[in-house]
Amino acid sequence: MKIMVAVKRVIDYAVKIRVKSDKTGVETSNIKMSMNPFCEIGLEEALRIKEAGLASEVIAVSMGSGQCVDTLRTGLAMGADRAIHVDTKDVMLYPLSVAKLLKKLVDLEKPGLLILGKQAIDDDCNQTGQMVAGLLKWPQGTFASKKKDTSFFGKDREWLRFNVRSSVEDPYLLMVVLDKEKQVVTVDREVDGGLETLCLDLPAVITTDLRLNQPRYATLPNIMKAKSKVIKKVTPEELGVEINKSDLEIVQVTEPPKRKAGVIVSSVDELIDKLKNEANVI
Amino acid sequence: MSSVMILKSLKKKPLQTTFISQSYTIKSVSRYVSTLILGEHEGGHVKQSSYSAITAARSISEQNSISLLLAGSGPSIHKAASHAASFHPSISQVLVADTDKLSHPLAEAWAELVHLVQKKGGYSHIIAPSNSFGKNVLPRAAALLDVSPITDVNDISGSQVYVRPIYAGNALCTVRYTGADPCMLTIRPTSFPVLHISSDSKWDAAPVSQVDLSTYSEDTLGKSRYLKHTSQDTERPDLGSARVVVTGGRALKSAENFRLLEKLAEKLGAAVGATRAAVDAGFVPNELQVGQTGKIVAPELYMAFGVSGAIQHLAGMRDSKVIVAVNKDADSPIFQVADYGLVADLFDVIPQLLEKLPQKK
Repeated sequence: MKIMVAVKRVIDYAVKIRVKSDKTGVETSNIKMSMNPFCEIGLEEALRIKEAGLASEVIAVSMGSGQCVDTLRTGLAMGADRAIHVDTKDVMLYPLSVAKLLKKLVDLEKPGLLILGKQAIDDDCNQTGQMVAGLLKWPQGTFASKKKDTSFFGKDREWLRFNVRSSVEDPYLLMVVLDKEKQVVTVDREVDGGLETLCLDLPAVITTDLRLNQPRYATLPNIMKAKSKVIKKVTPEELGVEINKSDLEIVQVTEPPKRKAGVIVSSVDELIDKLKNEANVI
Repeated sequence: MSSVMILKSLKKKPLQTTFISQSYTIKSVSRYVSTLILGEHEGGHVKQSSYSAITAARSISEQNSISLLLAGSGPSIHKAASHAASFHPSISQVLVADTDKLSHPLAEAWAELVHLVQKKGGYSHIIAPSNSFGKNVLPRAAALLDVSPITDVNDISGSQVYVRPIYAGNALCTVRYTGADPCMLTIRPTSFPVLHISSDSKWDAAPVSQVDLSTYSEDTLGKSRYLKHTSQDTERPDLGSARVVVTGGRALKSAENFRLLEKLAEKLGAAVGATRAAVDAGFVPNELQVGQTGKIVAPELYMAFGVSGAIQHLAGMRDSKVIVAVNKDADSPIFQVADYGLVADLFDVIPQLLEKLPQKK
């Protein structure tokens, strides 16, 4: 079975973004970009499934400008076998177009599992995985989380990071549990008020939540090896998807209203007094 | 053009003829607005977040004809439906899909249902709350209808123009929907407070009708099966809708120390929240996480103890009315958004607060 993982190039999560003065968007030139954190988790999960002997190949795919190749190269350095870049030039892409492009790639490559992050940290949409699942008529396991309880993982996290290979020999450390014989996957989902467990027939779409796993770092030898791995380039035209028209139009991007400056109080008594008499909230 | 559309909708919606003739006379409405709300229910009641969607639907247009769709099986769905029918006069119809296939809110079954109901009803808007249910179901349904959905709307300016936060709330994006019907949204419940009607006003309860499921497409059903739900029992108010929220970060150091915060929460009648650091360290379960990837809250009072104020955390609480921060580090970014800051050790402050705060019922 092949696993396809969609990865997105976004502004690095630690960067404090600036809104452009003409209100057309946010400043993206000369700003550190990296792989969307949720996509890293998705890729990590795919690699662990492969290392557990449950998948034969991991394909990383990305849509966007030429620079997405850097993001795919990172994915290859983490351990993906090959990559596909859909070059969409500088066209503004919405999740509906990405879902249509992904569907075409799935039709071509026929993976048994498609893994995405639950949302991109730039547009915060949380839509693409659900939409491609709908288009493919595949079942979906969104917001996939980990199986074991938090206390265990809090302690084991460092160990996991450095011993990823040995950790996947225990199939229960795979947070998405795959049953090859029955062709099903069991997913624990983070929902409001707890965890929900679903069983999905393969092929299926899974989107990853933050706590699914701890992505590995690419090692130097793997970064070198990644340079010789193949990144196939395709265009939306070749896939037969129209991306230039959209039913959404960005009117403006603005800064959120600033909160008025607060005050530093000197004691608990003063705090309680302010909350009681000035803010009237207690 | 608009009259053609109205005629079309007239044919499609025999149940709403009275309402349509009303809006037909209002010349200022250039476009017939009708909204389908995807509702969630539990234990015979419709959830508050679904009622928030009514507030959002009314801010699209006052003359919005609102249908609430509920799905499930057994007596509790009918109880929820009859409650909903008389909840607010702007609900013009409650639709019930009573089938075993929808006894759990699975996205596959729900998306097909929305597709079916939209084909019959021709709604101009479809709204769901932006929670784990709405975010799971609505984009899938949108793909089946070939339209772009809009996530996490927190302000509506006209029937097709919406404002939503991007980049963890560090920018606001105004988008115009220019596509075909329906325009599909998930809305932030905290931005659209539930409308309550005074108890002495009278109106006729909306009709409750069954969705005809004879043409329900079943090709994706059964591909996903519900196994179980594990929840954390809590007697405190729900984090998403609490009036007061107290939150702890990594500085609380242990799960035991979080009990201190729980005591304080009890005294204030507050919900307890946490930062990602506290969740990852195993102090509290993950459904307490406030932030870009956790819950978005907007209480009247938000008290942050030992929270540094990373942008991902601020995204989940920056709309709170009053923010209080207690932190040892005077340079913590949390102080930039706090209305009242106290630079002190939280292990000194919390016991003092416990002692000095007035008891809440």
